Amino acid sequence: MSMSQNNSTGAPAMSQGVTNAAVNDAQAAAAAQKAAELARVAQQAHPQQSSGTFGNMAVRSSAVMNPARIAVKDLNFYYGTNKALKGITLDFPDRQVTGMIGPSGCGKSTLLRVLNRMYSLYPGQRAEGQVMLDGQNVVDDSMDLNALRAKVGMVFQKPTPFPMTIHENIAFGIRLHEKLSRAEMEERIEWALTRSALWGEVKDRLHSSAMGLSGGQQQRLCIARTIAVRPDVILFDEPTSALDPISTLKIEELIDELKRDFTIAIVTHNMQQAARCADQVAFFYLGELVEVAPAAELFTAPRQKRTQEYITGRFG
Amino acid sequence: MSATTSPMPNSSVPGRAKDRATSEALGRRRARADAIVRVLCTAATILGLLFLASILLTLIIRGAGGISLSVFTNVTRPPGSHGGLLNPIIGSIIQVFLATIVGTPIGMLVGTYLAEYAGESRFGQVVRFVSDVLLSAPSILIGLFVYQILVLPFGGFSGWAGIVALAIIVIPVVVRTTEDMLRLLPNTLREAVIGLGAPKWKMIVLVCWRAAVSGIITGVLLAVARVAGETAPLLFTSLGNLNWSLNLSQPMSSLPITIYSYAGSPYEDWITLAWTGALIITLGVLGLNIAARSVLRARR
Repeated sequence: MSMSQNNSTGAPAMSQGVTNAAVNDAQAAAAAQKAAELARVAQQAHPQQSSGTFGNMAVRSSAVMNPARIAVKDLNFYYGTNKALKGITLDFPDRQVTGMIGPSGCGKSTLLRVLNRMYSLYPGQRAEGQVMLDGQNVVDDSMDLNALRAKVGMVFQKPTPFPMTIHENIAFGIRLHEKLSRAEMEERIEWALTRSALWGEVKDRLHSSAMGLSGGQQQRLCIARTIAVRPDVILFDEPTSALDPISTLKIEELIDELKRDFTIAIVTHNMQQAARCADQVAFFYLGELVEVAPAAELFTAPRQKRTQEYITGRFG
Repeated sequence: MSATTSPMPNSSVPGRAKDRATSEALGRRRARADAIVRVLCTAATILGLLFLASILLTLIIRGAGGISLSVFTNVTRPPGSHGGLLNPIIGSIIQVFLATIVGTPIGMLVGTYLAEYAGESRFGQVVRFVSDVLLSAPSILIGLFVYQILVLPFGGFSGWAGIVALAIIVIPVVVRTTEDMLRLLPNTLREAVIGLGAPKWKMIVLVCWRAAVSGIITGVLLAVARVAGETAPLLFTSLGNLNWSLNLSQPMSSLPITIYSYAGSPYEDWITLAWTGALIITLGVLGLNIAARSVLRARR
């Protein structure tokens, strides 16, 4: 109960309003430079932190946030009577990566599952508040869930290839929403596999079972399957926690590449991963959004004491 | 006792020597219990295997001699005129095949309902319980039931009635395996399909059934093996037919019924044919079981 002294949301929309809709490259580069500097300063201020921790964060992350693609406002979520999210207000900037961190059970995965209404599969789970996407409130009862999920794709913790061929795995999602000619279908599948950095490895065995792929390949197949539907937003729920370091690296590079075209939200237990991948990082604790800030800022100069404690490994 | 009370010079832990003695005694007792249980289990296994082996051995010794081409080419004939088992074999195949065709989709749909829709709801639990009762119900009751609803009102014994009786036995077996196999699938697989924007029925039909298909096939084959040897439900339904007939509206021959009537007859060649028929069923069921296992293994 001692948490109540801290108010739930840190600083909602930081620098979002400052910039225009389109962030040009020069701005991004300048921002990156600034972030690098911030990281360096922080490094000197906290020499006990290993240099690898936030080393390459600045290269990828932007300190300038685009306008929101999804705007969450005053969101509460309940598992039965248990309130799992308390008054969350958070913007997911367009074509940038929002990292969500926090200890187990803090609500970060719950929030992810609100964004594509996955929770609606389970009776007793409900959300109230606003989750605005393209002028519609996602948590409204009238929402067309299949259309929403075509727009907001999801990649899970464990790779979940369907028991069919690699080709069929990707065609499956496309056929749910579009009627493509044979040639268009082949083109789309190649595109999805190329974008997910898997084409080279599987192009000669598209018609063999997806179950024969390695764990990392299966996860990239799941990413390909998701982007083949051409969503606007991709949700990643701890996408690398079941993978080896090399596969993890590939997925992280992929996320970095995908944000050119997709708005990305990623839940991770790995703070280095959040630092490497995310432009904006949100820290959750006990169902509250404690703080949200550009990655460089949150990891080097957190405003909240609990954020500071969490990222320095004092709990969680 | 005196050893434990006298303080040991090096021991600063109170009661350690005593506890050590206790634990050694405990260890000996456990080893003894372990040996007894092992002997009992082994003996029970050997006893069970002995019965099984003696049944199979008797079956092979008495049945294998009678196997010849004429068994498969000749229909049943009066004693002493070189009859075969053609009509019972074909009758059994037809009835078992059609019963499986009828029972499998019903069983699969019920199993799917239980696994994917009913959950732990009250109605689901009732259906599950009823299905399990049906699974272990005496098959003669099922025969009598079909006799009441099909044989009496529709003017007599028929192959169709036999098929319905066997299908009723197939259903609960398929219900159980379908539900079990679907419940084995990880929930993340379902979420992954739903997450792509698929409606639930497509998730079930295109992904879940596909993922569970090897287990479901195994269940169906086991159901086939079970009904292939059923006699009681056929006694009151398809009755048996000593003449060649493929008309399902007429009484129909089957291997178990033929074995039942031939084995009780006083004629030497009929009794030999009964043994041969029993061997044919056993080998058929064995073959199906092996097929079921290899299907499962190939899928893994």
